[in-house]
Amino acid sequence: MSAKKEIWVFAEQENGKLAGVVFELLSEGRKLAAKSGYTLCAVLPSAGGKPMHQELFNYGAKKIYNVEDPRLQTYQNDYFSKVVYSLIEKENPEIVLYGASTIGRSLAPTVAVMGWAGLTADCTELDFDTERQILLQTRPAFGGNIMATIICPDHRPQMSTVRSNVFKKERVSENETGEVVEVKIDLSGVKERMKRVESVVEEVNTVDLKAADYIVSGGRGVGSPENFKVIEGLAGALGGAVGASRATVDAGWISHHHQVGQTGKTVCPLVYVACGISGAIQHLAGMQSADLIIAINKDPDAPIFDVADFGLIGDLHKIVPEFTKQINALRS
Amino acid sequence: MNIVVCIKQVPDSDKVTIDRETNRLNRAGVPSIINPFDENALEMALQLKDKHGGKITVISMGPPQAEEALRTALSHGADEAILISDRKFGGADTWATSYTITLALKKLADPVDLILFGKQAIDGDTAQVGPGVAHFFGVPMITYAKSCEVTENGFRVQQVTDHGYNVWDVEKPAALTVVKEANQLRMPSLKKKMAAKKAEIPVWGAEQLQPDETKIGLSGSPTKVNKVFAPPVKLNKEILSGEPADMVKELIYKLREKKVL
Repeated sequence: MSAKKEIWVFAEQENGKLAGVVFELLSEGRKLAAKSGYTLCAVLPSAGGKPMHQELFNYGAKKIYNVEDPRLQTYQNDYFSKVVYSLIEKENPEIVLYGASTIGRSLAPTVAVMGWAGLTADCTELDFDTERQILLQTRPAFGGNIMATIICPDHRPQMSTVRSNVFKKERVSENETGEVVEVKIDLSGVKERMKRVESVVEEVNTVDLKAADYIVSGGRGVGSPENFKVIEGLAGALGGAVGASRATVDAGWISHHHQVGQTGKTVCPLVYVACGISGAIQHLAGMQSADLIIAINKDPDAPIFDVADFGLIGDLHKIVPEFTKQINALRS
Repeated sequence: MNIVVCIKQVPDSDKVTIDRETNRLNRAGVPSIINPFDENALEMALQLKDKHGGKITVISMGPPQAEEALRTALSHGADEAILISDRKFGGADTWATSYTITLALKKLADPVDLILFGKQAIDGDTAQVGPGVAHFFGVPMITYAKSCEVTENGFRVQQVTDHGYNVWDVEKPAALTVVKEANQLRMPSLKKKMAAKKAEIPVWGAEQLQPDETKIGLSGSPTKVNKVFAPPVKLNKEILSGEPADMVKELIYKLREKKVL
């Protein structure tokens, strides 16, 4: 079976606003396109796609499959899976990438089942094997204790989901152009089995881990909920956010909004300071792509030191306050 | 109301380590547990049953020892358990797993009103089998459910999203994947624990499920594992030790040198 030499990025949007992960996927998709010679395309189901086209081109899409229907204003699994699968059936692309968002993680597995396609979740690395002409999809498994490269040799398309903040977004320019393919897909036959009656955006306190330049995270070594003040102190001095390991969240020391890791948030700050975190790779999977990692731990054999750029061996309860003090002195 | 809860037996991943010489998982002595998110699915089923009555069937696909996870689920209050197990099902990826579980759902004697899954399993972390089964079985799917109430024609479900939540009205039968924030699994009762030990758990294999043999196990799986390796280790790291004040001073100097401070 010969598939069309195209790489598709699912252009996730709600109410005409594209999700940030779309730009990250396009940026990474450009590298795959360069290596494979395939064409990078965006698939945009929406209630009105035109205002979003320029940005998709700017991040590297050469072609946009534009599907419009009032029923595609917000996400509904039955409508969106029908649209994406119909398009795949018609165009038969080699590769389809989705954000590993609430939406992507509903849509992608549904489409995979519809088309007997391969799907690899939460990839942290994508590469193209030019010899075998296949996508290499690398992801953590067993809580991140091990990395696996997954391939899909005989089925098409090859599909992956990728979390936000795993790949960096990079605009090509501000006035890229490309082709728009208008596609009509008839949704009248899709029975409305579910209806969204309310959608609420919550300002989850002040934890903006995804946008923070500096993150200071505490693990089991912090010792108690009260001791998180030490972590907050350093985060405050650096102007950053507070993160936490799963162990501390499970112990009820801090809210799950702070959790970094495979089952928490994936973050990509300039500097990540891991305090008293042993480095179960479940945690590492969520912060490994930070530009610079500082580990503070009293156990010199802790696996966190494997991924650290700087390791400070010693008692966090002494080192972190000292760090805060010296930063404050520097800033004043 | 008939509720099916699909559970998976997983190694307690916090206790899994990797042998950096051989790149193999050290699984010896690592305890097996019910996937923690599946516990939330089970508790959601139990709460619905408390309120509306009905029957809870737990299903698990896995090797023969997955029976242990099913007995645990029974001790927490599930009514019946079925194990899907056959050598032929081994090596299944999420596609082939979804297909196989769906065959078992179709074989159940009573019509199903609600199918519950944990939001993902902690060993594979794919979150793909729930939506896969929902499509094969032909029912609507809501992922990341935090709560579920019975309505006239189906369910009202609160779904956790990346930025808040959605509320959905979904007709029955439906499938949901359940998040940790939903609840906490109740303790097993002594009486149920005793009963669970003796419970009869049917094992359904290829003979019972009559699958299309090209769609099960390794051969039915579109994805293959190409390579397994240890997570990368950073090579140019600097380890500091000594007095906190000195370490921090040196660190800050280096951070400024790298222009990140």
